[in-house]
Amino acid sequence: MMALARREFHLFQAAGRDFLYLVPSAAVFALDEATAAVLNAVTSAAPGSTRQAAPEPSACTEEGVVQTLAGRFDESTVRAAIGELLDVRAIGYEHQPDAPVPRMLPMMPFPLNTMVMNVTNQCNLACTYCYEYGEDKIVDTENGQQSKFMAESTALDSVEFLLKESGRVAHLTFFGGETLLNFPVLKSTIAYARRRAAELDKEIDFSLTTNATLLRPDIIEFLAENRVGVTISIDGPRDMQDKFRVFHNGAGSYDVVAPKIKELLRVHRSRPIGARVTLTSDTLDITSIYRHLTEELGFWEVGFAPVTTSPNQKYAIGDRGFDKMLGQFRALAAEFLEHVAVNKHHGFSNVKDTLEEIHKGVSKAYPCGAGLGLLGVSTDGDVALCHRFAGSDAHKMGTVKDGIDREAQVDFLQHHHIADKTDCSTCWARPLCSGGCYHEAHVRYGTTQRPNLHYCEWIRGWTDTCLQIYGELSERNPEFLARFDREEAKAEAVL
Amino acid sequence: MTHLKAINRKAGRVVEHVAEQKKDVVALQRVPQLAPHFPLGCSLVFSPGWEADQNGGTAGLCQPVERDIFDCHIGCFWPAQVPDQLNHAPDWTGKCASAQKDWRKLDLVFPG
Repeated sequence: MMALARREFHLFQAAGRDFLYLVPSAAVFALDEATAAVLNAVTSAAPGSTRQAAPEPSACTEEGVVQTLAGRFDESTVRAAIGELLDVRAIGYEHQPDAPVPRMLPMMPFPLNTMVMNVTNQCNLACTYCYEYGEDKIVDTENGQQSKFMAESTALDSVEFLLKESGRVAHLTFFGGETLLNFPVLKSTIAYARRRAAELDKEIDFSLTTNATLLRPDIIEFLAENRVGVTISIDGPRDMQDKFRVFHNGAGSYDVVAPKIKELLRVHRSRPIGARVTLTSDTLDITSIYRHLTEELGFWEVGFAPVTTSPNQKYAIGDRGFDKMLGQFRALAAEFLEHVAVNKHHGFSNVKDTLEEIHKGVSKAYPCGAGLGLLGVSTDGDVALCHRFAGSDAHKMGTVKDGIDREAQVDFLQHHHIADKTDCSTCWARPLCSGGCYHEAHVRYGTTQRPNLHYCEWIRGWTDTCLQIYGELSERNPEFLARFDREEAKAEAVL
Repeated sequence: MTHLKAINRKAGRVVEHVAEQKKDVVALQRVPQLAPHFPLGCSLVFSPGWEADQNGGTAGLCQPVERDIFDCHIGCFWPAQVPDQLNHAPDWTGKCASAQKDWRKLDLVFPG
């Protein structure tokens, strides 16, 4: 008789029932009592799962499970439950391991979906933790070879590059330094890109990230008129914002940006405007940051990300900080659930993004689209993995003039596949995490190839929370989740 | 599935896949119900022995009536039992420049 063994999955509870998150398929199933009992029997009888005496040899065979559960379920129910769990590969036969997931590279040429253009590498703020200028920077933006501002000709070449490499729809994101320091080029680029996209019968949309210090009425009006998506980097109320987000003379920036943001939110109604918060060990009060940004300033959405840094910086988030952060994320996520369950908007964007990935059953070979559907462009027109690597020779992938260096791209993809991240091979959260940010890994470990092991516990904790919310919503408001399908259908309709 | 309930989209695809796997094996001579049937290499071109089309006989075209023939060896995935042209009968098709005209010249080869 063949022994049953567990395969990879993560169990979670929501809405009073048991759910199963399967790895690597990323499928979510709700269990009934019989399947839950079978899984429990197989898991607890599996060798190595306990440190106590070895189980009876027959305990984990189909017969053994039927016997174990004899008092609770009739035989046919247990056998049917075992059959279904085998079918979805939650369990398998011990001596027949599943074939490893094929190590497939994406089909090439992969269409470029988003191009992030660093229109300048200069900034009027001097945020202590900045990955571009702080102690962990990759590219010498002060004395390096790259121009400080992107020339208009380079910007127009970049647009041609994007429209050549993109599919039917292209996204152009302006980034910096402080993006608005080069507003003239941004303005002419948008006009040019619109005209060229129309000529080529493609759709293009625009977005930018800014620290909000340079938002003037005419700029705001331009952004609103052109439906430019805006993300504001801001860390929260005055005391938190002014801790790190300071001018070169050390003065805090809150009082400068707050009125400008209010004005932007008042005038620019054509796209939802989000805040992007960098969390540090000193600014981990997520709920109060969220309240301030949504209720007092009026942001539609707020996204949080822990600061990217080497571990020896004082503001780096340590293990205890991650625990605290997780607790606060969970509290805010619970609030998100209560809002969404009754069809009320809630702007905690981290949850929404993860819910969408869970809903689709995303199982990633790569942590993000960098080097694939997303590329960064430096001020001199060098193409890089993403905006965080723009200008770094070591991470160059061509130029906007010569196109993508396909050899470098394939080489990168070959060396960063999840199948090569041995540390991740036993983690149930890998379909969503896939090792985490390349840039973060580069700063921590000196190579983009390493997974970000310093935040594994946090990722698993947060993924578990999002799965629970997903499970709750599947019971309480499935209509909310169905919206993800409709949005995708809409997006596909224009392709 | 009665005990497991698919919740997300991927789970739905897993269920579909499982159902697909459980379908009965369909014999090749049965015309597939859904997709258009193009017997490539068998009746779209002239191939001696395969002239009938999908509804005209020879039971689905992938099972030779008497034996594997010329086109099994040239254009089909079928591991044809035709003379071993690589080693023993290099000239088997030598007199058959055009199958349409010369198919009668394809002779039998006896193991020797």
